[in-house]
Amino acid sequence: MLDFSKNYFDLFGLPVGYIVDASSLADRYRDLQRVVHPDRYANGTEQERRLSVQGASLINEAFETLKDPVARAAYLLSLHGVEMDAQNESTQDMAFLMQQMELREELESLREQAGPFETLLDLSGRINKQITDLVAQIAMQFETPNDEQLQEAREILRKMRFLQKLRSETERVEAELEDRLN
Amino acid sequence: MALLQIAEPGQAQAPHQHRLSAGIDLGTTNSLVATVRSGKAETLPDPQGRHLLPSVVRYRQSGIEVGYEAKQSEVDDPLNTISSAKRLIGRGVDDIKTLGSQLPYDFVGQQSSVPRIKTEAGDISPVEVSAEVLRQLSERAEGTLGGPLEGVVITVPAYFDEAQRQATKDAAKLAGLHVLRLLNEPTAAAVAYGLDKGAEGVHAIYDLGGGTFDISILRLNKGVFEVLATGGDSALGGDDFDRCVAEWIMQQAGLDENVSPGMVKRLMQAACTAKEALTQTEQTDIEVSIEAGESWQGSLSREQFNSLVDPLVTKSMMACRRTLRDAGVSVDEVQEVVMVGGSTRVPRVREKVGELFNTKPLVDIDPDRVVAVGAAIQADILVGNKPGDEMLLLDVIPLSLGIETMGGLSEKLISRNTTIPVARAQEFTTFKDGQSAIAIHVVQGERELVADCRSLARFELRGIPPMVAGAARIRVTFAVDADGLLSVSAIEQSSGVQANIEVKPSYGLTDQEIETMLRDSIAHADQDKQARSQREQQVEAERVIEALQAALAEDGERLLDAKERQQVDAALETLRNVSKDGDQEQIKNQIAELEKSCGFYVERRMNQSIQQAMSGHSVDEFEQ
Repeated sequence: MLDFSKNYFDLFGLPVGYIVDASSLADRYRDLQRVVHPDRYANGTEQERRLSVQGASLINEAFETLKDPVARAAYLLSLHGVEMDAQNESTQDMAFLMQQMELREELESLREQAGPFETLLDLSGRINKQITDLVAQIAMQFETPNDEQLQEAREILRKMRFLQKLRSETERVEAELEDRLN
Repeated sequence: MALLQIAEPGQAQAPHQHRLSAGIDLGTTNSLVATVRSGKAETLPDPQGRHLLPSVVRYRQSGIEVGYEAKQSEVDDPLNTISSAKRLIGRGVDDIKTLGSQLPYDFVGQQSSVPRIKTEAGDISPVEVSAEVLRQLSERAEGTLGGPLEGVVITVPAYFDEAQRQATKDAAKLAGLHVLRLLNEPTAAAVAYGLDKGAEGVHAIYDLGGGTFDISILRLNKGVFEVLATGGDSALGGDDFDRCVAEWIMQQAGLDENVSPGMVKRLMQAACTAKEALTQTEQTDIEVSIEAGESWQGSLSREQFNSLVDPLVTKSMMACRRTLRDAGVSVDEVQEVVMVGGSTRVPRVREKVGELFNTKPLVDIDPDRVVAVGAAIQADILVGNKPGDEMLLLDVIPLSLGIETMGGLSEKLISRNTTIPVARAQEFTTFKDGQSAIAIHVVQGERELVADCRSLARFELRGIPPMVAGAARIRVTFAVDADGLLSVSAIEQSSGVQANIEVKPSYGLTDQEIETMLRDSIAHADQDKQARSQREQQVEAERVIEALQAALAEDGERLLDAKERQQVDAALETLRNVSKDGDQEQIKNQIAELEKSCGFYVERRMNQSIQQAMSGHSVDEFEQ
């Protein structure tokens, strides 16, 4: 059965690294699910079905992790022995934090605006741009990482988490505003 | 190859024998059954040539009527004639307070969390009603195909929660069916449509049935149907359109709310007829007889109708927008919108869907049959008739799963639109010295407060070894299988003690209740229970034997050495003998024995197929 001790990159036969080719990842994901998915064992024995559910769950989890730039960074850090405390650690970069506060205020004030969708689009554009920049930065740290670079990657990841949270809040506001239209 | 012929002489051993299977679309108003014959999937008619079976069951002292016959009595015998059971299945007594007022039944007794309807033939649960519909359809399929079904695929709304799925599976169990898979209705439609048209890329399936609404966004890629996101409303459908019209009639006719159950059904029928007429014409006349020989006459224009149902259509549009966002695709990326379900015949629905997706929705497939056809195609593959078929369905969980934390908040463990199967673990600890049990409450829904979510089950972890507060580390794993059904396991990490889990489904039947119903229905059918359960175990044994034989035929020689092969053959032989004349318990034990002794081979096979899947790629292609 699937070797559960394998890391996600090995599972997909990909080199361990931050840069992942999205279409190869998706191809391999489908190839793996084609042989492991419970539907392949609908007529199998109890044991086969159990193993296949476990295997398919692992493959799904691995795919979700490698697909998402934030989850992938955290996973890669943990492979390098750096475990983040997602709940309790946060960046101390004051300039970044100030900027986050401003973005957040902007988001809050949207609700009161007439015709908020344009501002919303602009705001999520800026958030996405920031995330893309951080992705490029963190990719550099992961090229041939020493301790210092891993710590730097960790700091970038803290910022990514901030922005990711803000992005999902932006989506929630968007949903709210749309619902209000109806 | 000689090694393969391990069946005893005279015993049928036909690896290419066509296995009988069917796809069942268990609908709110109508149900269908389809099957694949000579490579073609088609719905099956009854002896009168009718493909649809009204999902209506009438309970009389003299027996049970299902389908058209029962539907005829809807108006004259409303209390004993149950329709729309799908609206009630997997729902709790509390839900009935909101839904029940719309349904003219006599709800009774709350010894169980499952609501029951009082009829002439006793108190009936919605699960039993659905079981009757399923039984009728499987009998139709077996009659047409000339043999027992080895397995069925039953479709459910994508937006059905765990309790509703579990209840549907319970209904199948009650009907004596082997469920290969619960398949989401829009996914089934995508299979039928996609395979037929050779479609690729991102597609939306807008499925508005009699009582449920689903929207699914899928990516079709070389036989893989990957659901990106799904949304909907498990209590929105054509029935609600009818209700809007019926309420309008009541207003016009000056009827108050206290009308008789028979009157409600007459109003609903008149409303439904008007709705159907307005798909073709701009204006329709309505006539409803009101008690005491009086009748009300009036006319309804399409414009009026539109304004009556617009709030409902808008509700579905909101779900579409949210689902697009969840899927992370823009409207422009959606290549086509496929319309499924009888209610998509309403022109207003087509118009609004067209506006939202900025494309003309596809209406050229039969919206009633496409779901059953897709289910039949999937059943045919799952039952093993198409080895090597490349089709794969990757579905998602429609609603987030969470657990109750301090302050009545829900902590999301698995978020909605996560691809299934999925497993997530969470660690718990004790807060008192020597605490031996922990209670866990699992809920489903998007809201933050537990009170606003749907309660799925309460678990009690028992048998935690005595430790100081906070020392126990109990790892609880929540696993959702490909059917969208939840299972929970727990282990105390430091001692390795497996905590016992006592499951109390918040809604739905307990195992004992199902057992009792099964027993009752068997007694009713006057069959020998012992013989039946023995037969069931024999079928299971046959299935296991066949699966193993097929595996051996494929790669037994390659993957096993002579000694291992002997071991496997011996275990097979023992099971074959035991299953011939052993009792239920003996056969069951021997199946478990066989699975244990052949476990190494099963694992080896899976590894092998994974290696094969991966060997197509070389690491070089990424190292450029």
